[in-house]
Amino acid sequence: MGDMFRRYGRAATLIICLLTAFWLAMLVVLPNITLLESSFRPLLPVTEIGGPADQYTLANYIKVFNGSIDTTLMGIPVNIPVHVLTFSLTIFYSLLVTILCFLLTYPLAYYMAKILNPRSLPTIFLLLCVPLLVSEVLRAFAWWIILALKGPLSTLLVTLHVIDKPVRWISGYNGVMIGLVYTYVLFMIFPVYNAMSSLDSNQIEAAEDLGSPWWRTHLRIVLPHCKPGIASGSVMVFMLSAGSLLVPTILGSTTSQWFTQTIQQWMFDALDWNTAAAYAFLLLLMCTLFVSLVMKLFRVKLSDIAK
Amino acid sequence: MYQFRQTLARVYAFVFILYLLIPLGIMGAAAFNDNKTPSIVPWKGVTGKWFDALFADETMWLAFRNTLVVAVAVSLLAILVGTAAAILINSISGRLRTTLYGLMISTLLIPGAVIGISTMIMWTKIGNGIHSDFILFKPGLHLSVLGQVSYIAAMVMLLVLARLQSFDEGLEEAALDLGASHAQVMRRILLPYLYPAIGAGGAVAFFQSIENYNVTQFTRGGANTLTVYVFSKVRSGITPTINALALMLMIATLALAIGFEINRRRKARIEDARQAEARRATALEEAF
Repeated sequence: MGDMFRRYGRAATLIICLLTAFWLAMLVVLPNITLLESSFRPLLPVTEIGGPADQYTLANYIKVFNGSIDTTLMGIPVNIPVHVLTFSLTIFYSLLVTILCFLLTYPLAYYMAKILNPRSLPTIFLLLCVPLLVSEVLRAFAWWIILALKGPLSTLLVTLHVIDKPVRWISGYNGVMIGLVYTYVLFMIFPVYNAMSSLDSNQIEAAEDLGSPWWRTHLRIVLPHCKPGIASGSVMVFMLSAGSLLVPTILGSTTSQWFTQTIQQWMFDALDWNTAAAYAFLLLLMCTLFVSLVMKLFRVKLSDIAK
Repeated sequence: MYQFRQTLARVYAFVFILYLLIPLGIMGAAAFNDNKTPSIVPWKGVTGKWFDALFADETMWLAFRNTLVVAVAVSLLAILVGTAAAILINSISGRLRTTLYGLMISTLLIPGAVIGISTMIMWTKIGNGIHSDFILFKPGLHLSVLGQVSYIAAMVMLLVLARLQSFDEGLEEAALDLGASHAQVMRRILLPYLYPAIGAGGAVAFFQSIENYNVTQFTRGGANTLTVYVFSKVRSGITPTINALALMLMIATLALAIGFEINRRRKARIEDARQAEARRATALEEAF
């Protein structure tokens, strides 16, 4: 700090500190504290805000447990509060998206890092980046066209006699899954590729020379080396999926509900910002827990993930 | 067997890239289909009327202008804040650095919906608290800007910080010893060195802001940005005008991205040439 003072003088140091303070205090810390504080306040008419009825309460959080419905989870009939169900399904399907993204990405990352001629790398990178530059809403829209009842996919499969009549592809969480994987798979490729390209190819060759079958080489050498990349990719994909609002709304069916959609309904349909705050806080809490869990499992630091 | 696996990997990579590009191709192609619903089947002939309809759409142009204004504002603010934060992080150490750095990075991991709601609630609460009707305290695109900056600034910070780490502080010392003022050190030495990173940060911020939906959706009040507009069109009655818009956006962003890339490569080549020259000069000196 003293060093900065000496180099850039008093005025510049002050400006630098103020700008940083503005960011962290006004845009990050205080909004989140306000969010937490609001989440404990009841919904009141404007005239009663600050009055005797404006007491801290857990009512907003208890709303999560209201309104049970009967449903079946993996064939077992259960009676479960509807928002708890949405919350759990959001976590479950986000995890599924993360795993699918990893499975899709791993062979490609290996190909790019170890097989491909380094001179064609920039071209592949450019090709991979094209979808990244197209906005999320359009990527979801593209799949909405493809998966439509009488859309290209149904037509193609009917022409090829794979199916006899058009299929409704967007049912349950299918559409959401397809959309989320397509939208976020790139956030897995780059970290995994980065981690893999730092692996010395001699290690792979040594393993092969010593008679290791290919799957054991991957299991014992390549995979462990990629751990930081996998951790960082998984965190990105999971957070983006769980927090996504566009894809579940555009590609959702009548039977799919995402937790962010529930938050949005509290905010704009019920106009109950305090309950929306409580639900948003639950989402934040869930994401924080997930990141901590991944950091613990993969033994990586937060700074490694953010790369 | 080894050869076979290599071929398999190649085929896989090819299929993967097709998987990424074909949906975009289908969406673009549907812009030319003379059919009321956006699709490529059934194909009813080529038409340019969806582009005409798009250009006549006032709401779209307003949303487009809003998007540009928001993106420029976000880029400027994020550059200012992110660069300042990077310089600060670079010159402190110990526990304070770890804490601040962790806090900055964590903004990248907060879901957009949470950022949007918290920004919205805080500013409207401040407005209610001081009984002010000032525009800042009402929902609107200015709150979207603040919300977006809260995490985009972290991306700029990371880019600038990476560049700072290879900065030779001796240059600043030399300038100070030679009698440069603090402002001169900042303007002539530090900032010129950081410009490439600041430029890249600005570009990232611009693209991120255009893309953003979650934060904007919760803070925008009644105003439209392009993403929100496209979204509402997809939800309500759609005609292939959206595809026309999508195609043009894709071409525009692609052209911009390729432009950036070409520029970056040109700069890298110049830098390489310079370094090679310097190496030759040193070698020459040593030879004599």
